[in-house]
Amino acid sequence: MAGVAVSTTINGDNVEYLCQPDETLLDVLRDRLGLTGAKEGCGTGDCGACSIILDDRLVCSCLVLGAEAEGRRVETIEGMAHGDRLHPLQQKFLEHAALQCGICTPGFLMAAKDLLAKNPDPTEEEIRFGLAGNLCRCTGYDKIVRAVQDAANVMKGA
Amino acid sequence: MNFDPRYLDRNFTSVGTRPIRPDGVDKVTGRARYGADFNMAGQLVGRVLRSPHAHATIRKIDTSKAEKLAGVKAVITAADLPDLTDGDAAMYDILDNCMARNKALYDGHAVAAVAAVDARTARQALKLIEVDYEVLPHVTDVDEAMKHSAPLINEATFTEGLEEKPVKPSNVTKRSQFGHGDVHQGFGHADFIVERSFKTEQTHQGYIEPHACVASVSSDGTADLWVCTQGHFVYRQHCAQLLGMEASKLRVTSSEIGGGFGGKTHVWAEPVALALSRKAGRPVKLVMTRDEVFRASGPTSATSIDIRIGARKDGTITAAEATLRYSSGPYAGTWAEIGAMTAFACYRLDNVKTVGYEVLVNRPKTAAYRAPSAPMAAFAVESAIDELAKEIGMDAVEFRIRNAAQEGTRSSYGPVYGPIGIGPTLEAVKNHPHMKAPLGKNQGRGMACGFWFNFGGQTCTDLNIGMDGSVSLAVGTVDVGGSRASLSLVAAEELGIAYEQVKAVVADTSSLGYNDMTDGSRGTFSSSMATISAARNAIKVLRERAAQMWDIPVDDVVWEKGHAIAKGEKHGNLGRLSLKEIATASGKTGGPIAGHSELVADGAGVSFATHICDIEVDPETGATRVLRYTVVQDAGKAVHPTYVEGQYQGGAAQGIGWALNEEYIYGKDGRLQNPGFLDYRIPVCSDLPMIDTQILEIPNPNHPYGVRGVGETSIVPPLAAIANAVSNAVGVRMTHIPMSPPRILAALEAEQAG
Repeated sequence: MAGVAVSTTINGDNVEYLCQPDETLLDVLRDRLGLTGAKEGCGTGDCGACSIILDDRLVCSCLVLGAEAEGRRVETIEGMAHGDRLHPLQQKFLEHAALQCGICTPGFLMAAKDLLAKNPDPTEEEIRFGLAGNLCRCTGYDKIVRAVQDAANVMKGA
Repeated sequence: MNFDPRYLDRNFTSVGTRPIRPDGVDKVTGRARYGADFNMAGQLVGRVLRSPHAHATIRKIDTSKAEKLAGVKAVITAADLPDLTDGDAAMYDILDNCMARNKALYDGHAVAAVAAVDARTARQALKLIEVDYEVLPHVTDVDEAMKHSAPLINEATFTEGLEEKPVKPSNVTKRSQFGHGDVHQGFGHADFIVERSFKTEQTHQGYIEPHACVASVSSDGTADLWVCTQGHFVYRQHCAQLLGMEASKLRVTSSEIGGGFGGKTHVWAEPVALALSRKAGRPVKLVMTRDEVFRASGPTSATSIDIRIGARKDGTITAAEATLRYSSGPYAGTWAEIGAMTAFACYRLDNVKTVGYEVLVNRPKTAAYRAPSAPMAAFAVESAIDELAKEIGMDAVEFRIRNAAQEGTRSSYGPVYGPIGIGPTLEAVKNHPHMKAPLGKNQGRGMACGFWFNFGGQTCTDLNIGMDGSVSLAVGTVDVGGSRASLSLVAAEELGIAYEQVKAVVADTSSLGYNDMTDGSRGTFSSSMATISAARNAIKVLRERAAQMWDIPVDDVVWEKGHAIAKGEKHGNLGRLSLKEIATASGKTGGPIAGHSELVADGAGVSFATHICDIEVDPETGATRVLRYTVVQDAGKAVHPTYVEGQYQGGAAQGIGWALNEEYIYGKDGRLQNPGFLDYRIPVCSDLPMIDTQILEIPNPNHPYGVRGVGETSIVPPLAAIANAVSNAVGVRMTHIPMSPPRILAALEAEQAG
């Protein structure tokens, strides 16, 4: 099967790749571009571990085709920190121990970033519903919610 | 040097603080490498063909078409994994579970596998493999499987543990029994007796990371395996045995692990990946899909449990009895045995008897899931305890306090307890504000206790001191939830240096001696013991080097707060030498400075917890909502309290999912109907409230810092606490887990119908 040539922007960089028409963006990121921060937990859009931001919209990259990234802006966990300076959400996840195994963490961070971009001052309930598309099996979510609340406070003050 | 593991009271400097974990930055930036994040040059993609039948004889497998497909580099069946288990029945079961030999024993059982140049080719190749099945009658329900009329899953199964060997085979592999006293007599003294039967459905550990590995077998017979596992040394042993390799020629590296909860203590696909790599002569990456994870890995037992408890009017339990039937998948297990051991472990009982039956069913091979077998037994026992308290007219907490096990109590499973935390957790719950908070309409509160043994086991640790005074700690217990942070704290504590000076890593199997896996809540317990031992050995060397530098006898050198100090007035002018100063000079005083430790970490302290749960039930729909949840648990000593809280909260959340929602649903055809996170729904963020925690510290006398395992006990009480809450909310005793809306509605309707 002939490959599809795609030209896109990933974390601010111009990127070109060839992919199969039926290849997911998640597989392109992980297998072709070496960006393994997005994880495949289910492949059916149920766990959120592969969450990325596509043109300011949070999506499961396992439900997007690689070819669909043509001409669009892709943000992944690898682009979240500025150089060696962590994003406040990353910092607060560390301080609050909002991760145990950490496999869901990149997805949660992307979802939380998207949430705070749209709602900088969310209530606990808004955080809980905003992150309901991401599964975590280790933490019981308590420390994740607190980390997002704390990060929201820091970001408001910034 | 002899290591003294006994607890000594002390003031801690590092232990008990809450620093950021050493592996944290990699995990929030996407850099951490999990099972599927590793690749090798020339790597092939492996895929497994699985049985669509619950029970079928495999007459023939024709792989010829698949082998001819361009891009396919290897196709294997059971013939490529010959039986080298040499009469080891447990290993044979593992082998058969990795690749079905004569019969497919459950929907999802592996029957063949391919390695191809890419995933698409591998998928196509699977479709070209022709398997000729003869479908057999199947059984998936634990009670059905015990009936004489049930289809036999293994004709060679004759129940063990009976007084007389049975003449006929059955699906019951073993009967086990625990207890003491005379229950018959005990029930005779009871004023009240509660007798109930309970069922729990099968659940999955639900780790977000599917099983994944990369196997590379070289033509010289050596091999590398990169894998997400809770125990890379155990994986090495199992894989080497199944493939006929020498263990030392197989190097296993544990990746970061995306959750295990017991489910990554068993090999599944790893021997298959190695066999594919051996046949193809190239590295093979094998990653399970979520569907495969549900159908072929995990899960817990489904159970059916009868409880009978009697008590006097004054609230003293006179006798307790349980019959526990646990499914183990199509292979023998010891799950009911563990359930029978844990069932009444919270209580001080003169007359107690528990009997367990291990039952074969056509479901995936049961795997450990966090305090395996204990939550179901606790659900049944703690439900009956609540009911009995009600009948007597006693408060549920007071009734438990009255009967709680204490130091010196002979446990229901045999040993006599040392200092334990069941009483203190109950007192803490009794005094907790949560117990006094008001409840609204359709709301109920429940509480329940839980017990878990905790394990110790073989542990090997290296502590190497660099010339700059920084410390590398190499441990062999996989870090499943922050143990590198806690072990760094322990090394810092013992050496008297800063946490930041220590870097802990999980070493591969070629770099360190054997370690048992991270299970039984042993990771921090056992590796901290080994770390303390290694640090003490290093301190001995540091003192010797300091003595050499000062040219004084080593007995005159003590180690305090990270420094060698010359004791005695005659050495008053010597000052002190820091760890760094001694390390920097080490090239001239005898070479590198290190401390090693190889030990069996005996004396894991048993662990108890008591949970409180408030729940609201919608009587129209049967839907439930957890309003408030509190965990009180004894940690012995919380090394890193934030991660201890995390274990408490995580276990509670898993228990909430189990209690209310999660279950394997099989169709009449014996096929799993919900092998995905959409239909097997684990709790999401909006399902849960904050989970309050209270850490109690009753030191374990068999650990230098008093540490107990903390990982598993937190999943034991929730099923019962929530069942008690729901029962209190709706006024009907809930006896079947999960309490999904249809089940709650059915219970309400049955009650109304009388």
